[in-house]
Amino acid sequence: MAKTLEETTKMAAKAGKNGNKKLSALTGNEAVAHAMRQINPDVVAAYPITPATEIVQIFSSFVANGQVHTEYVAVESEHSAMSATIGACAAGARAMTATSSQGLALMWEMLYIAAGLRLPIVMPVTNRALSAPINIHCDHSDTMGARDAGWIQLFSENSQEAYDNTIQAIRICEHPDILLPAMVTYDGFIISHAMEVVRIEEDAEVKEFVGEYKPDIYLLNTDKPVTMGGLDFTDFYFEHRRGLADPVSKVKDVVLQVGAEFKKQFGREYGLFETYKLDDAEYAIVVLGSTAGTAKVTIDDLRDRGVKAGMVKIRMFRPFPYDEVAKALEGKKAVAVLDRSDGLAGRGGPVFGEVRNALCDWPNKPVTVGYVYGLGGRDIGPEMIESVYTDLQEIAKTGKALNLVKYLGVRE
Amino acid sequence: MANIKELSKQPIKFTGGHRACSGCIAPIVVRMMYMAAGETPVVTTCATGCLEVTSTLFPYTAWTQPFIHSAFENSAATISGVEAAYKSLKRQGKYDKEVRLVAFGGDGGTYDIGFQALSGAAERGHNFVYVCYNNEAYMNTGVQRSSATPKGAYTTTTPVGIMEPGKKQFPKDMTQVMAAHDIPYVAQGSPSFWNDLITKFQKAMEMEGPAFINVLAPCRLGWAYPPEEGIKIGKMAVDTCYWPLYEVVNGDTRVTYKPREKKPLAEYLQMQTKFRHLFKPGMEDLMAELQAEVDRKWERLLRMAGEA
Repeated sequence: MAKTLEETTKMAAKAGKNGNKKLSALTGNEAVAHAMRQINPDVVAAYPITPATEIVQIFSSFVANGQVHTEYVAVESEHSAMSATIGACAAGARAMTATSSQGLALMWEMLYIAAGLRLPIVMPVTNRALSAPINIHCDHSDTMGARDAGWIQLFSENSQEAYDNTIQAIRICEHPDILLPAMVTYDGFIISHAMEVVRIEEDAEVKEFVGEYKPDIYLLNTDKPVTMGGLDFTDFYFEHRRGLADPVSKVKDVVLQVGAEFKKQFGREYGLFETYKLDDAEYAIVVLGSTAGTAKVTIDDLRDRGVKAGMVKIRMFRPFPYDEVAKALEGKKAVAVLDRSDGLAGRGGPVFGEVRNALCDWPNKPVTVGYVYGLGGRDIGPEMIESVYTDLQEIAKTGKALNLVKYLGVRE
Repeated sequence: MANIKELSKQPIKFTGGHRACSGCIAPIVVRMMYMAAGETPVVTTCATGCLEVTSTLFPYTAWTQPFIHSAFENSAATISGVEAAYKSLKRQGKYDKEVRLVAFGGDGGTYDIGFQALSGAAERGHNFVYVCYNNEAYMNTGVQRSSATPKGAYTTTTPVGIMEPGKKQFPKDMTQVMAAHDIPYVAQGSPSFWNDLITKFQKAMEMEGPAFINVLAPCRLGWAYPPEEGIKIGKMAVDTCYWPLYEVVNGDTRVTYKPREKKPLAEYLQMQTKFRHLFKPGMEDLMAELQAEVDRKWERLLRMAGEA
């Protein structure tokens, strides 16, 4: 799983030499480690956890080889990783960390504090199931558990998107209208450890794109001392928490604006979500992460057979683009939402809940059903996705679903 | 060695008007820390606790220099991040000021919930001073026992009843635990000995690398004594050798104050209502055990310092 020291060092040295070469064969973790190298944060504080370990392992070799000016803090837990990142960012540094699963769960307390203190921390998260039972493989339970922490969440389909999203997240978070932290997520093992062709942009271009971090208020500015993290009682707490909703409401515009600039600079297009053959689709699915790739193949296949299938792939899950998603799905005959985590809320997963919320007030709303799939890394293949479209065609005939929520690919 | 004339000319950097109890010792510890820093600015992190909640009630703050609180168990982890930022920005030529980095935590935030973060930060060798203001229980939540609470003490989670005589265990020796981390500077102090404590703060700040100072901070509420007695009680803690003043500099132990006459522990205990039950008939064995433990540890300290 983990690379030997020799391999990592070799890889890092190669990256230093070829850092400006465009196309490389990289795993998701390697691509993200390169994004971090190019961002060149002032501080990285991190703790190993499968399947995110490689990010910081590779990054620490960039530090060892002097390819970044980062102060690397190898902390003793994820709680301390987020605490040290908060301390560094509050002090005036561009600070990053990375984690997964239980590590993210251990950070939970500090996630809310990072957002409440308005610290623009970017954290790649490789999606992995939560215990119990312990499982190291992919599902989205970890980041879904942190969805209401005040963090922006950008999901990535593949290594390229993980790389691109990490770079864009810096700009989004540090935008003066935002100043909120962000998670860039990608699927554990499926993306984190799978090798793909990734376009790594020129170091200088990325450096220019992310710019320099210049905070207004920071601890090391001893000429303008501030007290951060003070106590609010009933007279101020509500106003301060209400204040968080304002930057959240502006995230959408900034994500689109940064996406447009990114396209101009690097040619790849990013919005709030991606649609695939959706315009004339009668049956649509909503997915996050790597499953979108499999779904595209399935859709092509179904289209060849005359089934008008389409897809919405959510990129920005937090804040959720309610109106835009509703508009995209409006008028479809039937919609299925695929959740790679079980909300255990009594009615399917969290993405299902959000899509239903989005569609609720639209007059021309489709019948919408939910599927929970792929927990703990259970594979999802084209035949499984095709079965969803088969269900949707049945549902469209009657306008009614027999099951509002189904589990896909599980032994019942 | 601190000079009281010089110190008295310094501006007060931890302001009055905070919400700590009358007679609270924690603000005195903070002021002494600032005095030790002199003109060098100090960036402070603080664990959740009495000090933090009483000094940062929005829209007010008692801290005239940069301060951050984020959570309970992570004062040491937070200062690690601040220190990393400081080092990184300095190395890149983006920052050129000299600052002192000081982390505060109560005994709950240090001995218990913040223990791991402190141990990690000490091992990593960050350049910071950690100050534990040790009032020997969770005072902010209403006097619950911590691993710093002395044996025999009443707390709200070690109440005294017909079956239980208060807390049943001796406290963790956190000063020795930190000395075992082999960091450059570890000390035990008391604001009742202002010169000793300020000198220790100065040494800790000047030392390169992590420093830990465990300060006994009597709590009028939890220990239950009249508000004006705190400094006196602290002095008695030292004079009974219950709280010896010493330092461990690069591994070498030195007792920084030796009472001319070692007073009986009972004289210290009787000043606090939390030990009232120990003076009732039938508690003689426990009292003897407490005295014997003080004697054992004092003798051991003297041996470590090469004085016995």
